[in-house]
Amino acid sequence: MTLRIDIPEETFRSILAKAFGNTAFVTGFAITVLIVAMAVISYVWTPYDVTKLVIADKTQGPSLAHWFGTDHFGRDILSMIMVGARNSIAVALVAVGIGMGVGVPLGTFAAARGGLVDEALMRVNDLVFAFPALLSAIMITAIFGPGAVNAIIAIGIFNIPVFARVARAGALAVWPREFILAARAAGKSRTQISIEHVLPNIATLLLVQGTIQFALGILAEAGLSYLGLGAQPPMPSWGRMLFDAQTRMVVAPWMAIFPGMAIVVTVLGLNLLGDGIADILDPKSRRQR
Amino acid sequence: MTAYLLKRLAIALATLVLASMVVFAVLEILPGDPARLMLGMNASADQVELLRNQMGLNAPLVLRYLHWAGGLLSLDFGRSYTYSVPVIDLVRERLAVSLPLALIALALSTIIAVPVGLYSASRRGRAGDTISMGVAQLGVAVPNFWFALMLIYVFAVWLRLVPAGGFPGWSAGAWPALKSLLLPAVALALPQAAILARVTRSALIEILNEDYIRTARAKGLPYRAVLWRHALRNAMIPVLTILGLQFAFLLAGTIIIENVFYLPGLGRLVFQAITQRDLIVVESVVMLLVAAVIAVNLVVDLSYAVVDPRLRSRQ
Repeated sequence: MTLRIDIPEETFRSILAKAFGNTAFVTGFAITVLIVAMAVISYVWTPYDVTKLVIADKTQGPSLAHWFGTDHFGRDILSMIMVGARNSIAVALVAVGIGMGVGVPLGTFAAARGGLVDEALMRVNDLVFAFPALLSAIMITAIFGPGAVNAIIAIGIFNIPVFARVARAGALAVWPREFILAARAAGKSRTQISIEHVLPNIATLLLVQGTIQFALGILAEAGLSYLGLGAQPPMPSWGRMLFDAQTRMVVAPWMAIFPGMAIVVTVLGLNLLGDGIADILDPKSRRQR
Repeated sequence: MTAYLLKRLAIALATLVLASMVVFAVLEILPGDPARLMLGMNASADQVELLRNQMGLNAPLVLRYLHWAGGLLSLDFGRSYTYSVPVIDLVRERLAVSLPLALIALALSTIIAVPVGLYSASRRGRAGDTISMGVAQLGVAVPNFWFALMLIYVFAVWLRLVPAGGFPGWSAGAWPALKSLLLPAVALALPQAAILARVTRSALIEILNEDYIRTARAKGLPYRAVLWRHALRNAMIPVLTILGLQFAFLLAGTIIIENVFYLPGLGRLVFQAITQRDLIVVESVVMLLVAAVIAVNLVVDLSYAVVDPRLRSRQ
């Protein structure tokens, strides 16, 4: 005979209903989809060709033909923002992937082993945290050469200790639970338990941290490419566009306004999405907001 | 308590030593010979070799590390390859810009964020809370260098109230110098204030749900007194943690802002040194910043004990 306990089941449908009732989630999700769609569409279509310089059209203000105006080479700003979105998303996403791919196994391993292994890992974490991330990212890209790939590595490295810390803290909270004890009694190894029981229970935490790091990655990439250390021309990037705009602020303020807005909207969308997910999947966090 | 402090101190020192090894090792494996860079491409191999000997570049690795680390301890950082002046002079000169900038930004962000956090927490769920947290949400998303560009456009280009960039130096008088640090400080402070306001609010709300707050209210203490004396004090730990992180971030985060405003600060120095391969400047400044981060974190750890008496009695 099996014992049945009635637990109000979180069905996919009930989560979905909660999601659509959550303003932060809906807004954040809509913005994120919009930005990603913009980046995808830019592969097949942009209003204008961003590689073609039309000097006759240079520094034109926003108009029906060029919604966001044109830059000093006569390129359409909207088209450049669309193509730039690809770069921002790719860099931030892969950097999050690096952080998760290395940080999560390290963090869960440290929590599973405890003792000296755990202590050593946390000290290495402290060490990485002692280096101001932006400064180190600038050093890495300046020394190994500017470009999107090095920007990804530079940002990704500093995501590792963040995910390691979150995964470890989450896993430490899961380990004392009864179902882990049951799994151990059933003879499962620490690795098996980590993968089958711990990871699913910290997935929400990691997802929320993922959106935060994604947003931070976009800001960091913009900073690096503003300094000329990110994606190189002719590939448009949001930070680079802001650098080009700075000396032309007096004649063409739109060159600075719109790429900046693109960054703000994207980061805002991701942060809202993260807040929303935390709200929906973790009712405890709801109390605090 | 003493054991706790000693452990924190030991960890901080160990981290510092490890960090110095990492910095030294990273710059050691870099391509590019400083002696060759200083002499230019036309120098003969003999000349380069002579200079390498003079600069001590041919000594064994461990000796060079010990020499460098010993120099750091006695604040003798060596001479800059490109400026041909002692690095410590450069650092002192640049710190006179960066340190006030970071401090003003930190003060601004605290002055804005803590009251906003208090206000929001005490009006949770009402219009005032929703609006201020909406603004904070927006503030977190704004890249500070873009905000800086917008500030320059409005206050320097349009209204002509402050200079768009540059720094007259403290010798030109306190006011002109402060005036040129004003926009950069505001640009740095806004995103920080947004984060801090959110942390303050959520820390306060968590504490306002505690039983002792209800007790304080039940014994007839006015809401205001409960908020300031009981809630804010207990909410200080997360707020202090974020403040410490932000100070560290501000010191290094000035790199981009100093570039936007053409300020001759530490960030601009290290950025130029990186691009010019002036490695001795890079390693010195990076070590200084790392030491600052570690020191600030240590101070934050210690201040927990001051803020929260419960931690003092705990072993």
